[in-house]
Amino acid sequence: MLLNGLKNDKVMASVLAALAAISLIVPLCNLLFAPDSPLYFSAYTVSLIGKYLTFALLGMSLDLVWGYCGILALGQGAFFALGGYVMGMYLMRQIGSRGVYGDPVLPDFMVFLDWKELPWYWHGFDQFWLAALMIVLVPGLLAFVFGWLAFRSRVTGVYLSIITQALTYALMLAFFRNEMGFGGNNGLTDFKDILGFNIQSDAVRACLLMASGITLILALLISRRVINSKLGRVVTAVRDQEMRVRFLGYRVENFKLWVFVFAAMLAGMAGALYVPQVGIINPSEFSPLNSLEVVIWVAVGGRGTLYGAIVGAVLVNYAKTLLTGWAPEIWLFFLGAAFILVTVLLPDGLLGFWRRHPKEQKQ
Amino acid sequence: MSVPALKAGQVDTRHGTILYLEDVSVSFDGFKALNNLSLYIGAGELRCLIGPNGAGKTTLMDVITGKTRPDSGSVFFGQTIDLLQMDEPAIAQAGICRKFQKPSVFETLSVFENLELALATDKGVWATLFARLNGTQRERIEQVLETIGLTGHRSRPAGILSHGQKQWLEIGMLLMQEPQVMLVDEPVAGMTHQEVERTAELLLSLRGERSIIVVEHDMEFVRSIAQRVTVLHEGTVLTEGSMDEVQNDPRVIQVYLGD
Ligand SMILES: Nc1ncnc2c1ncn2[C@@H]1O[C@H](COP(=O)(O)OP(=O)(O)OP(=O)(O)O)[C@@H](O)[C@H]1O
Ligand SMILES: [Mg+2]
Repeated sequence: MLLNGLKNDKVMASVLAALAAISLIVPLCNLLFAPDSPLYFSAYTVSLIGKYLTFALLGMSLDLVWGYCGILALGQGAFFALGGYVMGMYLMRQIGSRGVYGDPVLPDFMVFLDWKELPWYWHGFDQFWLAALMIVLVPGLLAFVFGWLAFRSRVTGVYLSIITQALTYALMLAFFRNEMGFGGNNGLTDFKDILGFNIQSDAVRACLLMASGITLILALLISRRVINSKLGRVVTAVRDQEMRVRFLGYRVENFKLWVFVFAAMLAGMAGALYVPQVGIINPSEFSPLNSLEVVIWVAVGGRGTLYGAIVGAVLVNYAKTLLTGWAPEIWLFFLGAAFILVTVLLPDGLLGFWRRHPKEQKQ
Repeated sequence: MSVPALKAGQVDTRHGTILYLEDVSVSFDGFKALNNLSLYIGAGELRCLIGPNGAGKTTLMDVITGKTRPDSGSVFFGQTIDLLQMDEPAIAQAGICRKFQKPSVFETLSVFENLELALATDKGVWATLFARLNGTQRERIEQVLETIGLTGHRSRPAGILSHGQKQWLEIGMLLMQEPQVMLVDEPVAGMTHQEVERTAELLLSLRGERSIIVVEHDMEFVRSIAQRVTVLHEGTVLTEGSMDEVQNDPRVIQVYLGD
């Protein structure tokens, strides 16, 4: 059912095939070949590619909101970071008494702050199932409340963009505070295990990459299904002529809210997969700049295609890895230049010219 | 009571009137676009609304459909439904639909998809997500495609249609919504002579079953469909009557010539 019509959607099919290949081949080559073999991928490469896949999921989630619904949300990184913090809480609880202070329950930073017991909102996060649930529920709930207020009051355009930036900025400031109970500016780190397995081991890294790839593939297939549904067409209509859609009897604010919450949940999952692969989550993940970068990934790849955001996220982040390696100071200039070039020369992004033309209806 | 009972959710037109507008005023920065306007539309009536540019015709439709809130006055759908308490989607779902003066179709969607979105059905988010066209609905779309003469263009994006075809598509979207009241703002602008004639035929065929308000500057067209004509001038009703009565009214002549 999720694969319906893929044959007529060549680019989408190729991107899916490439993602499946990466999720399978990279981890296997890392595990099966010796380090001196030309087919070997180092642990560093595995984590790096795994990280790109989570960024790709984040980019795709923004494309749903921006590319299809026309909402230029500049706070998508906030949902990513929230998902990351939930995963971080689970990983902290997994440390148990192996922390520096050896407290069986309290994470190190709480002992350091001289806290005597676990805050109520940290309870239960030693259970993976609860953490897994919260990874989608927390970002989803925030998106629901925020979106309900914003869309109902018909906040649109640049005003909406600004308040989404304010949202992620406010969260960053809040998470910097020690009293919040999330480790202050150090964030959550020094993770040991995930589901009882050593988080540093090659096998776990390989599995995390695979999990990121599979999550991305599933999210892409489901999102594609949503976009090809009647809801997807309503949402596209909202992007092009919001007023008109209301006069057809659709409650536009509910449609925007649905897409916004769905995308926030995907971003939360991306953040949760990102954290164990980089080993840390701190408040800088809420930085407004991060959310702006996501917009650039999507613009570079081409918005309104889903796969464009994925390709854009991987390409821009690959460039970032290369550039920050030999000339970190030019990265921001490069990013700005890429954005301007794409906006001026390729308004449909790099994949724009492949974009299928409005498909022939088969009804 | 001697009047027949109403079914739940039904519009109360037992007095023969479907729209009641009373003392409606709208002002934009002090300028009165509608000025104590009162207007009654009968159930099943085809009413033409004419008047010089800026008379307030489009503003009137904006008020009925919830786009513009009047400063004062009351607007009722049947005897019981207060339209001023409702927003645009609620009014549309209650059965009042409109075609805009500037053709507004969804340009990136196909002709078929434009009609599909207009289709009268559950328009909630979840229902829309899982919606699949059934046989009757598909047939209905085919029928409307036939009626508006766009069967051959069904898969083409609406954006590449000619101006007249877009007008037709929007009329088709109106039909898909199966409204009780159709507000049609300048339907024949940009149409060829033949297309104008077909539009007249279509509107006439709908009369009786639905109540229709048509705004149009093309007097020949108005003459071909008109039963009752209302002339709007400076936000109020100047006069009302048959086409002949209206056209021979000295005040109407004055308004049109004085312009
Ligand atoms: N949103 C608005 N803000 C300010 N003035 C407005 C607004 N909408 C309409 N008007 C003014 O109200 C008056 C009535 O406009 P309306 O569009 O209702 O006229 P109309 O009868 O439809 O004219 P036309 O035949 O040109 O379409 C015009 O003078 C117009 O400039
Ligand atoms: Mg007008």
